[in-house]
Amino acid sequence: MTEPGTANARAARRVPIESVRPHQFVGQRLRRKEDARLVSGKGRYLADLVVPGMRHAAVLRSPVPHGRIAAFDASEALALDGVDAVFTGRDLLGKVGPFVEGGRLEISPVFLDKVGPEVKPHAMPVLAAEDVHFVGQPVAVVVAASRYLAEDALELIRVDYEELPVVTDPEAALAPGAPVLHGHLGDNVAAHFVVESGDVDAELDRAPHVYRGRFEVGRQASNAMEPRGVLATSDDGTGDLTVWCTSARPHLVRTFLSEMLGIPLDRIRVISPDMGGSFGTGVFSEDFLIPFVARELGRPVRWVEDRSENLLVTRHGRDQVHLVEVGYDDDGRILALKDRFLVDAGAYNQYAITVSYNAAAHARNQFDIPAVRLEGLNVLTNKAPVAPVRGAGRPEVTFMMDRVVDIVAHETGIDPVECRRRNLVRPEQMPYHAGIPYRDGVDIVYDRADFPAQLSQLCDLVDYAAFRKEQAEARREGRRLGIGFSSYMEGSGFGPHEGAVVRVDTNGHVTVYTGANAHGQGLATTLAQVCADQLGVTPEDVTVRMGDTSFIPYGIGTFASRSAVTAGTATGVAAGLVREKALAIAAELLEVSSSDLELEEGTVRVRGTPSREVSLGDVARAAAPGPRSRLPAGMEPVLEAEHYYVPPSVTWSSGTHAAVVEVDEETGFVRVLRYLTVDDCGQMLNPTIVEGQVHGGVALGLGEALTEEVIYDATGQPLTGTYMDYLLPTTAETPPITVAHQVCPSEVNPFGIKGCGEGGAVGPPAAIANAIVDALRPLDVRISRVPIRPERLLELIEVAKAGSAHDGGVGALEDGGAGSRS
Amino acid sequence: MKPAPFEYVAARSLDEALAALADAGEGGKVLAGGQSLVPLLALRLARPDVLVDVNQVAGLDRVVVDDHRLVIGALARHRAVELDEQVRRAFPLVSAAAAKIGHVAIRNRGTVGGSVAHADPAAEWPALLLALDGEVEVASPRGRRVVSAGDLYAGYLTTTLEVDEVVCEVRATLPEGRTGTSFLELARREGDFAIVGVAAVLAIEGDEVRHCRLALSGVGSTPVRARGAEELLAGAAADDAAIAAAAREVVEEIDPPGDIHGSADYRRKVAGVLVRRALSAARDEIGRMVA
Repeated sequence: MTEPGTANARAARRVPIESVRPHQFVGQRLRRKEDARLVSGKGRYLADLVVPGMRHAAVLRSPVPHGRIAAFDASEALALDGVDAVFTGRDLLGKVGPFVEGGRLEISPVFLDKVGPEVKPHAMPVLAAEDVHFVGQPVAVVVAASRYLAEDALELIRVDYEELPVVTDPEAALAPGAPVLHGHLGDNVAAHFVVESGDVDAELDRAPHVYRGRFEVGRQASNAMEPRGVLATSDDGTGDLTVWCTSARPHLVRTFLSEMLGIPLDRIRVISPDMGGSFGTGVFSEDFLIPFVARELGRPVRWVEDRSENLLVTRHGRDQVHLVEVGYDDDGRILALKDRFLVDAGAYNQYAITVSYNAAAHARNQFDIPAVRLEGLNVLTNKAPVAPVRGAGRPEVTFMMDRVVDIVAHETGIDPVECRRRNLVRPEQMPYHAGIPYRDGVDIVYDRADFPAQLSQLCDLVDYAAFRKEQAEARREGRRLGIGFSSYMEGSGFGPHEGAVVRVDTNGHVTVYTGANAHGQGLATTLAQVCADQLGVTPEDVTVRMGDTSFIPYGIGTFASRSAVTAGTATGVAAGLVREKALAIAAELLEVSSSDLELEEGTVRVRGTPSREVSLGDVARAAAPGPRSRLPAGMEPVLEAEHYYVPPSVTWSSGTHAAVVEVDEETGFVRVLRYLTVDDCGQMLNPTIVEGQVHGGVALGLGEALTEEVIYDATGQPLTGTYMDYLLPTTAETPPITVAHQVCPSEVNPFGIKGCGEGGAVGPPAAIANAIVDALRPLDVRISRVPIRPERLLELIEVAKAGSAHDGGVGALEDGGAGSRS
Repeated sequence: MKPAPFEYVAARSLDEALAALADAGEGGKVLAGGQSLVPLLALRLARPDVLVDVNQVAGLDRVVVDDHRLVIGALARHRAVELDEQVRRAFPLVSAAAAKIGHVAIRNRGTVGGSVAHADPAAEWPALLLALDGEVEVASPRGRRVVSAGDLYAGYLTTTLEVDEVVCEVRATLPEGRTGTSFLELARREGDFAIVGVAAVLAIEGDEVRHCRLALSGVGSTPVRARGAEELLAGAAADDAAIAAAAREVVEEIDPPGDIHGSADYRRKVAGVLVRRALSAARDEIGRMVA
């Protein structure tokens, strides 16, 4: 598939700011158009869809983390009444090829040229035919009259596995003699890169102090409220395929299906119904497996993931180890950062360097560091594959960097807020060149931001001075309160493109069609706001439709904090083009020059002569083809426009977070009392929706900081298979969240939009860890791993207490840090 | 996550339920609120041949407070106990513990008898019964009998009851005189099964502990009575030193399991902390009564 005509798309970048109509609805706290339907139970999710004659599928998954399938016997399962078929990996050989989940997100040639990463390709089979590499890997599928029967049949299938040696730890996986997952790769390194700016070794040599430490971020599961699902029907006669699936990227699913099943693109329609979350994860075995079996059987087949499967395989994220060296001076100024980090990619590194390079691109954070060197490795282990999950490398590297700033503050005896401020990029340094490219190959330039002002705004919001008094009073009562900060950058609005079709019907109603696809974030409202302003109607006049490949030829989808930026800009530009067309047609109808016309609230009026007007419906009727058409000569019928926006690179959103916690030093339990954020996502389309994104993100980050972790034992068996063991924070654990905004409109796109989908999730691990450390002062408890489990924190507290009793405060160095070098 | 096939009997009376269970033998299972059983069915960890639903059986859901005695029908929902005013006044320990069971939706449906019979060592009711000198009345085709809480639990998710026996009623008592109680739990999230839970009942005469019952959840394959600590406290002065000594004794006498939420060592440590806090709170409650 080729990308859309870039000449057209590039024109968007040249949309002069002055041609953008002023915001009227954009920026307003409009109620979400989709909510009345969704909260009254009228949403249509995948498991609500029923097609006549539909059969039900269940997937058999490997119970062993590494093995070879020695024998397979499904005869008993097939003998069960109501069972239609069992397909194995062998049945798919030659019919459905293996796939790379992020394979369509090709690495840009410019990036390859600048960074030169080593990426070793290895595809994942839809069903394992020979070897299995993680617990949960799909091995076979049963199709039956009901899901109950299908699960009964799963139990009757006999698979003998020859078990192979297992490795579950990325450092062990790099050691000589470690079991190699994919023999043809030679070792377990799936990807590797080094990127640098400045002379790190020289700066480290020159630095008065060097801190060496290790930071770890545990594996987190994505846990969309709605598990995944696929329903496929294949037309008996034409062979055309219709697939409903819970994917935020229906066009991507269609592209894969076309290539893997050998069906022309336009004979496949992929529809994404309402979705209960996504977390940005990509495509999955079942997206291809279910359409394949539906075609083979000539019957509609539906598969709905259950929560056990979801926790097992539906894209884990994080799971990183960072080994850092940081040079700093007596004033707390960070002079150099060297970070060598491992991403535990699981059994298949499906996204090349997306997560690891995203970590590298965000490592510098908001700080002006003269020299950085970042080395990332994606390492294969016998665990479920890791994907970019909301945040995608940012929470990990932000945890590292913000803990480092806190440690430097402590070592130099400077207040942590002051130390943070001293290291921030200053407004007069803008535009700030980070010295390394983003993963689209374009050099990172922070556009329009004021980090010191952001930090000051947050300090005022939290009333930092008052908190220090409150903290001192609490300590006298034996309560340990603490405050912690985190700041982050959020490259957002990733390309390569997104499109919008804006069409006005003959009643004057406007429909926006886009390839971006909402899964809860309110795009039906925000895109309507953008369209209303640029076209000259109200948001009530606009319906946004998405999640269907028949709506628009090309689409990328919703992930990477991209849709407000990319689909928002595409919608705005297309709506502006429709407005121009409408004015030209109205000029014909009213027999005036179009420059004398204005279009407001769906009515075109002659400026200064308000009695002379036509409605947008009149204009649309005049634009319809046929003898009554009143189009200007040479103009094509239909009041519509299509525009694909190709961003030159990402926009740079940012934010600063503060957490206030209370620590029970006898049990290691932590309660987050308050959480405060200041974000800059440029021109907000709808502040209420931005705040919803922040709230959800903070809750995810809270889980990351304290409770959520996918745990495997040393033999590769997952131990967190239910919600009794995988601990999502609930409303009871989520503190009141205060959200404030700093608005520095982006200069990258004409509407000033920056993304905000992930930032909320980025700050909490560092902010909460720093707050816990602060609460326990003067004990020197150094947290270097999240989630912070009560037992581990209690151990650190006990070690710190023993340390301060014996030698006056060496403290508990969880990071094994060498402290300062004089 | 669909259960394996089973036969379903909706019993309309206790006799019908008992007959169905007797027929089913080892393969029978009682369905009450279903808050533990249904997930186990969905995960196919429980695979009964016959599920005997007792929800329609009348007369098994009373909650009666009679002086120092509490009588709860097996089908009473946790939420009914939690919100019962008489229980709140006479057995604040029970109200406090009931409020910690799962979440409201779970408490609306889950039953006291179900929880007692399910025998989860981390659950609230089993430990509560031990601390309140409780007993259960069970019925079978052979008639009725009473089993004391101390004799009820055999191991993890296992009671000493026969397969054809059904819990009908749960009874508990508080010691007479000035009695303070406290129920504390340490759980990673609100509503989770406790890493450690403590139910403490303390009766004081003068400044001396006349009676102490201490039961813990989450520290063994069954709920655990901390008998060593109880004996240590009986007759002792109700001061911080005695309470601290009792807490240390608990740390010595329990042998908790470990899992991903807390190792055995961690459970032992925090059990001591919770026991100390629970006993102090119970004593302070008495102090407030006097004041």
